[in-house]
Amino acid sequence: MASRSDLNRAIGIWVVLSIVADLLIGFLLAPHMPPGHFSNTASDQTEINNILALILAPIGVGVITLFLYALISFRQPSGPIQDGPPVKGHRRLQAGWVGVTTLIVVILAITGTVELLQSPSSASGAGSGGGQGGTPISSPSGNPLQVQVIAQQWWFTYRFPQYGGVETFSLALPVDRTVEFHVTSLDVIHSFWAYQLGVKADAVPGADNIAFTVPKHTGLFQIRCAELCGLFHGYMAAHGEVLSQGGFAAWIAKAQKFNAPILRYLPKYAKVYYPDPQQRGG
Amino acid sequence: MTEPATPAAGRSGIFTFNLLWGLVGLVVGYAIGLWIGHRMGSRFDWTGDIDYNDIAILLGYSLGTVGYLAGLGILNHPIARLFGRSGTDLAKGATGWSRYVRASTDHKVIGLQYLIGIGIFFAIGGLDAMLIRTELLRPDDPVFSPGQYLTLVGLHGATMIMMVSSIILGPFGHYFTPIMIGSRRMAFPRMESLSFWLLPLAGVVLTTTIAYGGFPTGWTGYPSLADQADAGMDGYIFAFALVGIGMILNALNMMVTIFNHRAPGMTWSRLPIFVWSMLTTSVLMLLGPPMLLAALLMEVLDRTSGTGFFLSSVGGSPFLFENLFWFFGHPEVYILALPGFGIVLEILPVFARKPLWGQRLGIAGMLGVALLSFMVWQHHLFVSGINASLRPFYMLTTELISVPTGFVFLCGLGTLWRAKIRYTVPMLFACAFFFNFLIGGLSGVYLSDVPSDVTLHGSFFVMAHFHYTIMGGLVFAFFAGIYYWLPKMTGLELNEALGKIHFWTTFVFFNSTFLPLFAVGMLGMPRRTATYAPHLQFLNDWVSISAYLLGCSMLVFIGNFVYSLLVARVPAAANPWMARSLEWQLPSPVPVMNFDRPVRILAGPYEYGDPSAPPVMELGPPVVAAGD
Repeated sequence: MASRSDLNRAIGIWVVLSIVADLLIGFLLAPHMPPGHFSNTASDQTEINNILALILAPIGVGVITLFLYALISFRQPSGPIQDGPPVKGHRRLQAGWVGVTTLIVVILAITGTVELLQSPSSASGAGSGGGQGGTPISSPSGNPLQVQVIAQQWWFTYRFPQYGGVETFSLALPVDRTVEFHVTSLDVIHSFWAYQLGVKADAVPGADNIAFTVPKHTGLFQIRCAELCGLFHGYMAAHGEVLSQGGFAAWIAKAQKFNAPILRYLPKYAKVYYPDPQQRGG
Repeated sequence: MTEPATPAAGRSGIFTFNLLWGLVGLVVGYAIGLWIGHRMGSRFDWTGDIDYNDIAILLGYSLGTVGYLAGLGILNHPIARLFGRSGTDLAKGATGWSRYVRASTDHKVIGLQYLIGIGIFFAIGGLDAMLIRTELLRPDDPVFSPGQYLTLVGLHGATMIMMVSSIILGPFGHYFTPIMIGSRRMAFPRMESLSFWLLPLAGVVLTTTIAYGGFPTGWTGYPSLADQADAGMDGYIFAFALVGIGMILNALNMMVTIFNHRAPGMTWSRLPIFVWSMLTTSVLMLLGPPMLLAALLMEVLDRTSGTGFFLSSVGGSPFLFENLFWFFGHPEVYILALPGFGIVLEILPVFARKPLWGQRLGIAGMLGVALLSFMVWQHHLFVSGINASLRPFYMLTTELISVPTGFVFLCGLGTLWRAKIRYTVPMLFACAFFFNFLIGGLSGVYLSDVPSDVTLHGSFFVMAHFHYTIMGGLVFAFFAGIYYWLPKMTGLELNEALGKIHFWTTFVFFNSTFLPLFAVGMLGMPRRTATYAPHLQFLNDWVSISAYLLGCSMLVFIGNFVYSLLVARVPAAANPWMARSLEWQLPSPVPVMNFDRPVRILAGPYEYGDPSAPPVMELGPPVVAAGD
C-alpha cells in the first residue's frame, strides 16, 4: 500500500537526518556550548544543554521531516479540487504517539530531578547554581566560603561573614572551594547572574536566596542583573574574579584592612536587611 | 429576549450615543475624579512628598471609565431597567460605517471592531519593538535615555500582552463562533459590547502613561519596583484590570453561547475544532484573571493606602505578587496559544481535502493544555528563591504540557498525510505555524529543565522562546485566519499575490529575527537591558535589521488590506475555499441575522472525501417573526 511505503521512506530520511544533526551537534556545537567550564555548575549545565540538544534534535528533525514530506509529496497540482481519503484516525498510531511522548517527558523530568538532588560540591551540581531560597535541597560537604550578595539600585556589594562581615564593592572568589552565595536585596527585586559561574539567584528584599558553585579556573567572570530593577538596570554590570587560594587570602586581608573604618557604620551582618525608611520615589 | 424584526437603529448622526461622546465622558469623568482625588489625597503624608497623587489618578481613571461607558450608551439598558422601563436596544442592524464607532449588539460588527481595534494596537506595539531594536543597534552609547528605553520595553510588552492577547478570540471568536454553531447571536450581546469597548479604553489608558513618564516594570509589574514607580504605574494597573475584567466577561459569554446556543444537531462531536479552542480558552480566561485582579488590587492599595501586601519591610512579600501574577500569567500564555491551535486545525482539513485526523485527540490535547496550564506557574520562579523542594514538581508538569501540545502536531500531520494539499495563503500560514511553534516548544524544554534554566532564565533565550510561540504561533495563526475568513467578513477578496509576498517575507524575516536571539541569550545577554557586551553586537545588529524587514513585511499586509478592500474591491464568492463548515454556507458578507430560517445540523464540518456524507446543514421552513 502506498501509505506504508511513504511512511517508511519518510522515517528513513528522518533517521539519516537525525544522525547527521546529532553528529553536527556533538562535534561542532558541543565543544562551544555555553555557559562553558568555568565552574562545576557551569560545566554541568553545559553538559545538560548538550544532552538536551542531542535528544531534542531528532525530535525536531522528525517533526519537520514528516511535515515537509507530506507537504511536498501530497501537494495537489492546480486543476479541479480533488478530495483525499476520508481517514479519520488510527487508534494504534495515536496511542503509540501518546505513549512515546509521555515516556520521553518522564525520562527528562527524572534526569532533571536527579540533577537537582546532587551535592552542590559534586561535579554534577548544576541545579545548585540556581537560587534555592533559604532551605537548599542538599548541602555541600566541607566548609564552604559564605558570600552575601547585597543588591540595591544599581550595584551589587558583597559581605563575607567568615571574615568579620567585611563589605566589599567588588567580588573575588578562591578557586576550587565551594562558595555559598546568600543573595538578598535592599530595595526592589534584582537577580544576581554570574554568567561564567553558572549562578543565577533572584535578590528579593526580605529574603535570603542561597546558591552554590565551585570555581574551577582563575580569571574574570561577568556579573549582571537579570531582573528588571528600574532606571539603570541595563548598567548594573560588573566583573568578578576567581583568584588562587593564596591570592584570595591576600585579597580578603587587604579588603578587611581597607574597609575597617566603614565596618562600624554598617549594620551587623544578617540574612536580610530592612533599610529604614523604605520610602517611595526613585 | 426577542430580536426586533425590523432593526431599530435609533437616532443617527453624531447626537446619539457613540465613541465621540464616550471620549467626552472619559475626559469629564477623569477631570472629576482627579479633582475629588486631590481633595482626598492631599490629607495623607505619603502623598505629600511626591508631585503626583495616585489616589487622584486612579479615581480619575475610574470615573472616566463610567463617563466613557455612559457616552457610548452601554449604561442605557441597565439604567432603564433600574427604573422599570423596558430597556433600549443598542444599535443592532444599523447600517453604514457609523455602527462601527457605536456600541452594537451584532456579534459580526463587534468582530470587525475587534479586528480594527486590536490591529491598531498591534501596530503601536510593533513600532515600540522597532524602537527597542534601534536602541540595541549599539552595545553602548544609547539612543534613548534609560527611562525612555524602559518605557518602550514596558509599553511593547504590555500592549502586546494586554491588547493583542485576544487577536484571535476577539475578531474571529466573536464573528464566527455563533455562526459556526448555528446561532444568531452570542448569549449576552450587551455584555459582548461592553467587553469589547473596555479594550480600547485600556489601550488609551496604557498608551497615555507616556505622559506620566511611563512605567519601569515591563509587563510583569513586579513589586517593589511597582511601588517605587511614578504615576505611569497607575495606568498600567488600571489598564490591566480593565483587560482582566474584559477577559472574564468574554469567557462567560463565550462559554454560555457554546453550551446553550448550539443549533439542533450540533452535537459535541460535530463542534468545529475552532469552537473547541474558543471553549478551552474561555475556561482559562474565566479562572486566571481573577487572580490578576486580586494582585492588582493589592498593588493599588500598596500604592495609595499605605498597606504593605508586597513590602517585606512591613511584613508583606514580593513572592505573593509573583505567585498570584504567574498563576494568571501562565494560563495567559495558553490563552494566546490555544486559539492558534484552533485556527490551524480548522484550516488544514479545508485545504488538505481530508477530515481532521484524530479530532478527539486534538480536543483532548487542548483540554489537557488548559488543565495543566494551571499547574506550571512556578517555572517562572525557578531561581527566585521559592522553596527549592517544589522545583521537581513544576519541572515535571511543565515538561508534561508538551504531551498534549504534541497531540495538536499529530492531528496536523495526520491530516496532511496522503492529502490533496492546495497551497493558498491561509494554508501557508497554517503550515508555518507548526514550524514556528515546534521551535518555540523545543526551546521551552530548556527552560523547563531547572539546571538549564539557571543560565537561560531572564535572558534573551526566554524572549526568543516566547516570541516563537506568540509571534510565530498566535500571530501566524491570526494571519491564516485573516486570509481565510476576511472574504467572508467583508465580502471582498484579498489579493493572493500580495498575500504570498507577505507570507514569505514574514516567515523568512521572523525566523531571521528571533533565531539568533536564542544564541544571544545563551551567550549571556539579559532581557530588557539597553546595554550588552560588545562581542554580541554583530548578532544584535543582524536581529535589528531583520526586525526592520519584518516590520516592512507588515507594510505589505497593510498595503494588501487597503488595496483589496478599498481599491480593487473584487467581490468574494460565498464559498471560495469549498469548505464545509457552517459559516461558508452563508452569503458573504453574512446577513445581520445570520440564518434567516431555523438551522438543523446534519453532519460534521470535516467530512471531506466522503461522497455519502450529507450536507452540513438544512434550513427549516421560513418563519415570519424571527424568534431566537
